Amino acid sequence: MLKARTAAPPRVVKRRRGWESPWVGFAFVAPFMLGLTVLFLGPVLAVPVLSLLNWVLPDAPTWAGFSNYARLARDPEVLRSTWITALFVAGLVPLNIGLALGLALLLNVKARGVGLFRTLLFSPVVVPLVAWALVWRFVLQPDFGLVNNLLGRIGISGPNWLFEFPWALVAVIVSMVIEHVGLNMLIFLAALQGVPREVHEAAVIDGASRGQVFWKVTLPMISPTVFLTLVVTIIGALKAFAPIYVLTGGSDSASVLMVQMFKNGFKYFDFGYASGIAWVLFVVMLLLTVGQWQMRKRWVHYES
Amino acid sequence: MSLRSLSRAAYYAVMVVLAVPFVFPTLWMIGASFKSNQAIFAEPLGLLPSRVDWANYAQVFRDYPFAAQYLNSVYIAVIVTLATLLLGALAGYGFARLNFPGRDLMFIACLSAMMLPSEAVSIPQFALFKAAGLVNTHAPVILLQIFGGTGALAVFLLRQHFLTVPRELDEAALIDGLGRWGIFWHVMLPLARPALVAVGIFAFLNSWNDYFNPLIYLNSGERFTLPLGLQGFTDPLGGIFWNLTLAASTLATLPLLLAFLVAQRHFVESLTSSGLKG
Repeated sequence: MLKARTAAPPRVVKRRRGWESPWVGFAFVAPFMLGLTVLFLGPVLAVPVLSLLNWVLPDAPTWAGFSNYARLARDPEVLRSTWITALFVAGLVPLNIGLALGLALLLNVKARGVGLFRTLLFSPVVVPLVAWALVWRFVLQPDFGLVNNLLGRIGISGPNWLFEFPWALVAVIVSMVIEHVGLNMLIFLAALQGVPREVHEAAVIDGASRGQVFWKVTLPMISPTVFLTLVVTIIGALKAFAPIYVLTGGSDSASVLMVQMFKNGFKYFDFGYASGIAWVLFVVMLLLTVGQWQMRKRWVHYES
Repeated sequence: MSLRSLSRAAYYAVMVVLAVPFVFPTLWMIGASFKSNQAIFAEPLGLLPSRVDWANYAQVFRDYPFAAQYLNSVYIAVIVTLATLLLGALAGYGFARLNFPGRDLMFIACLSAMMLPSEAVSIPQFALFKAAGLVNTHAPVILLQIFGGTGALAVFLLRQHFLTVPRELDEAALIDGLGRWGIFWHVMLPLARPALVAVGIFAFLNSWNDYFNPLIYLNSGERFTLPLGLQGFTDPLGGIFWNLTLAASTLATLPLLLAFLVAQRHFVESLTSSGLKG
């Protein structure tokens, strides 16, 4: 009697599972996957094909072979944009990650008012990108802006923050980091709060200094989080467009590859050439992502 | 003053100084939105206006299609958020629980959509929407948000969430005679509320902030969304009416900022518990 009762349920489950056709699974993912295929995956595959065309609107496309790429390699604007993109990523990513980690450490204490500081530091994340960029554009105006006004009071004549190289790049990086760092800061804070207190205490008892505890204990323990955040931040930096375009108006001194692609594609309507630039961006991103996954094995610590 | 309270005072001093660049731009924007254009230039440092003057706000609505632009942003963000939540949860559940051929391949496709910059795919997308006759409509702005990086992120986060729910729950419900749809709707969705809140916040913010797609698809002022509308307060030579720009920017910011401040506990917890932390 008892035996029969305990044996029955698994058989029912098994039959139900076997009965479930793969169409049920398809039905759940189809609405999203169909749209994604038409509007994203298909276009991704079309980009390299379009880059082999000579297609300037409103003319019809003609086959161009690799001539767009030959032109890319010789185009001084694209070469400069590649360099500016590299500088932009190399400036923004360490500043964002370093500041996010520093702020998370500062907030990971028990003190009155920490919650308020967390709220204040996160608040720019919910300010619309364009509103934020416009405020910074006013503050950084060369003649009457606040920053140069302050610099003038201590006898420094400030640069043209929006158009001069490298200041425009600095302006974009700083304004973007301040707007977005709150998100990474929260993610790091959650990771830090997940590190067991006993681990710290054990390290301190063993005579480790605060610096040693951070570099040898805390950082390795949150390294999976740091790694994922790094990947996401690099991708975000490579595709940044709105803050740069609104702040600098697409001026040459901060024209990253995305801005270059936008200009060629939607100002000159040179679709073939712009697709070539887009494809270069894809390849850079792919190489960076693969490179990071390789590096991950070396320095990310996983608990077994 | 003991050493302990000294170091505590130093901590607060450091935090206050650090908070300035995070808080000042927003406060300055709100303060200057009540000033005349001349007053903004005369005293760029001033935070508080000498008197509260609503003239800028009135003019923004009177002389520009700002109300229409605001409404466009609201209705687009609402559609995008609801569709992202529904489609993301459906696909997330499918990938987490159900077996079908090609599942892993499709999931990898989702991951790659999350990683690739959607702006770099804009040229074939534009060709597609142009052929469909949908340029200067809201369709591309809505659809590209739903079926792009944010949508893929939603699928990923919700799949991660459903994976943490014990399988026994599905099986018990199956035995009770609930179908897959019933399980999804009555058992799984209510359990996924924190993840849904986080995904909803992302979808709404990303739609509200979308600049690139409106820039390339929309070309008449009353169809613009806020990010383009905010740049429309210019004289014929391109000079910016800063007083109007800042009043409009304040209006675009305040609902989100207030929602964040009121619900910030909920906000922060759901963002950090959503699996984003890796």
